[in-house]
Amino acid sequence: MPRRWKRGGMKNSLFKAKKGLSKRVVEQISWHKKESSWMRKLRLKALGIFKTKTVPTWGGDLSQIDFDDIYYYLKPAKQEFDSWDKVPREIKRTYEKLGVPQAERGFLSGVKAQWDSEVVYGSILKKLKRKGVIFLSMEEGVLKYPDLVKEYFGKIIPASDNKFAALNGAVWSGGSFIYVPRGVKVDLPLQAYFRINAQKIGQFERTLIIADEGSFVHYLEGCTSPIYTSNSIHAGVVEIIVKRNARVRYTTIQNWSKNVYNLVTKRARVEEEGIMEWVDFNGGSALTMKYPSVYLVGKKARGEVLSLALAGANQHQDTGGKVLHLASETSSRIVSKSVSFKGGRTSFRGLVKIMGDATNCKTSVVCDALILDNLSRSDTYPLISACGDSNKVEHEAFVSKLSKEQLFYLQSRGFSPADSEVMIINGFIEPIAKEIPFEYAIELNRLIKLEMEGAVG
Amino acid sequence: MDLKISNLEVSIEGKKIIHGISLSVAPGEVHAIMGPNGSGKSTFAFAVAGHPQYKVNRGKITLGKKTLTSLAPHERARKGIFLGFQNPVAIPGVAVGNFLRTAKYSSLSGRKPDVMKLQKELIKTSQRLNLGVEFLDRFLNDGFSGGERKKAEMLQLITLAPKFAILDEIDTGLDVDALKIIANGLKNEVKRGMGLVLITHYCRIFNYIKPDCVHILKGGRIFKSGGFSIAQEVEKRGYEKLTL
Repeated sequence: MPRRWKRGGMKNSLFKAKKGLSKRVVEQISWHKKESSWMRKLRLKALGIFKTKTVPTWGGDLSQIDFDDIYYYLKPAKQEFDSWDKVPREIKRTYEKLGVPQAERGFLSGVKAQWDSEVVYGSILKKLKRKGVIFLSMEEGVLKYPDLVKEYFGKIIPASDNKFAALNGAVWSGGSFIYVPRGVKVDLPLQAYFRINAQKIGQFERTLIIADEGSFVHYLEGCTSPIYTSNSIHAGVVEIIVKRNARVRYTTIQNWSKNVYNLVTKRARVEEEGIMEWVDFNGGSALTMKYPSVYLVGKKARGEVLSLALAGANQHQDTGGKVLHLASETSSRIVSKSVSFKGGRTSFRGLVKIMGDATNCKTSVVCDALILDNLSRSDTYPLISACGDSNKVEHEAFVSKLSKEQLFYLQSRGFSPADSEVMIINGFIEPIAKEIPFEYAIELNRLIKLEMEGAVG
Repeated sequence: MDLKISNLEVSIEGKKIIHGISLSVAPGEVHAIMGPNGSGKSTFAFAVAGHPQYKVNRGKITLGKKTLTSLAPHERARKGIFLGFQNPVAIPGVAVGNFLRTAKYSSLSGRKPDVMKLQKELIKTSQRLNLGVEFLDRFLNDGFSGGERKKAEMLQLITLAPKFAILDEIDTGLDVDALKIIANGLKNEVKRGMGLVLITHYCRIFNYIKPDCVHILKGGRIFKSGGFSIAQEVEKRGYEKLTL
């Protein structure tokens, strides 16, 4: 998918901050976004924390990141448009390549697309507005709903969580702010498209979703990016609050260009009887480190992390999930599937903790890795800690190679070796792919076919 | 256009299993291959289908004027050779219907498929095999019963409509009703002109589909060939006492 977008890109950026990170750059960002002092202070505080934090060394290799060689903010020439007609032709053309208009014609209920570091196009169905659903860029959220933002921003993932959360806190730009009122069910997925389009521009989107009691929302982000030669960082932060009896599903299908460091912190706090579901596809990037997490704070809350990683040549997908059971009768499920090929590497990290006084909790962790050749590699680092006899813990891990028997069977039915391999892989990922909306699942299949080219020995 | 195997010699990991088998099957003919365990029946089937682990040392496989011996398995399949597996492997996550549609399209080599027509055919064929429509949504051979596996092979055969089929113990482990359904299905295919090689241990299936020719395999060679009466003789006296 990403190859045909190689030629995209917009040259007429309005403002580009200087390379590197400083108090001045952060203040400039805040000024351009017309922020009040409380947000500027949050940013500067995060910058301070960023400076004191070291780059984590327990996962993938981050030693090549040069924080001084990155532009942290770029403001595009055009701002948001409330209807498709008003979007300039140049931008439309790029979105056409991304398939946005088709998708919108198809079933979009609202589009929030990120153009460089700024959200430039957004439309919300009137229906949603009438129901009181707020679906804005994070910047608009800060300006229009400061009290709501203040209450939750950085509360689920504080800047002190990790170096990249701190970085995001300092320079965040774009992302979505969503509030779903009590009892409102949003029946179509809300979507956002992300794209890194200027060389060395990091993407630091910040998303905050608040699902009030008994509500439901499915947020979907399809991330793609053109190919560039120098390194760039994607360090997003996503915070979600699932109130009593509410349910949030967050689906990510992303395929960053192969030089991107994809370092995202995603966390949800789930109250009594609430449900949080992360569905996460990680393709592309040089290194992805991402472990969507769920904090189950209310009785009978439930969390799921379904993740799928694809690692080819020079790629390392270090992914998994994290669940903390902080209340009784909470349940969780982590299902991770990964495919490594052409020397790619996948790592699974699963962390489940059932806290001391939580009882009758259930958790199931399944990790399933498929390795296509002898050059490729997969590791598993599961950690489950539970006290007390009332809790039920299940853990399974499988590592398998492509079966010759399966390949021959499919070939005997007329499939070429390459098609046979793709079919086996599509079957392997089916349990996750079926959770992804249909048109994205098809795109995913095509992407896999493209990535697999020449992978068969 | 005949399927001709001439003087085929096959080895697995350097060990010679088949010592020169010749066999010629014409369209619409039914051949049965019988023989004791380890006589090379399955090896023969795999070798004809082109399994990479089964090395053909000598001999030739031809389909009409085309030589298949050096072709990859999928190329042989596209030329019209179908192998029915004794123990078909499970392909988790791949639905039967989806699999068959994709297989059928790839066999059309560029011609535009009639999607609706194929779907109707799939449903009809499943019902004929007493499988039910929901069978098409299940994952291929995944958690299938013995009977379902054989029927799934049959469903593939009917859908792909090969010129020649070599079926390795399609009749093993089937109850009478299932056996009848499969044999009738095969009869239909033979009627349309498919050449059939049935590898079997038992004469049971011959009650429903009569072979034109029976070959007894022993130690990697065809020990005896002839009419249906040979099969009856085997059933009565066993392989040991069978004489030339």
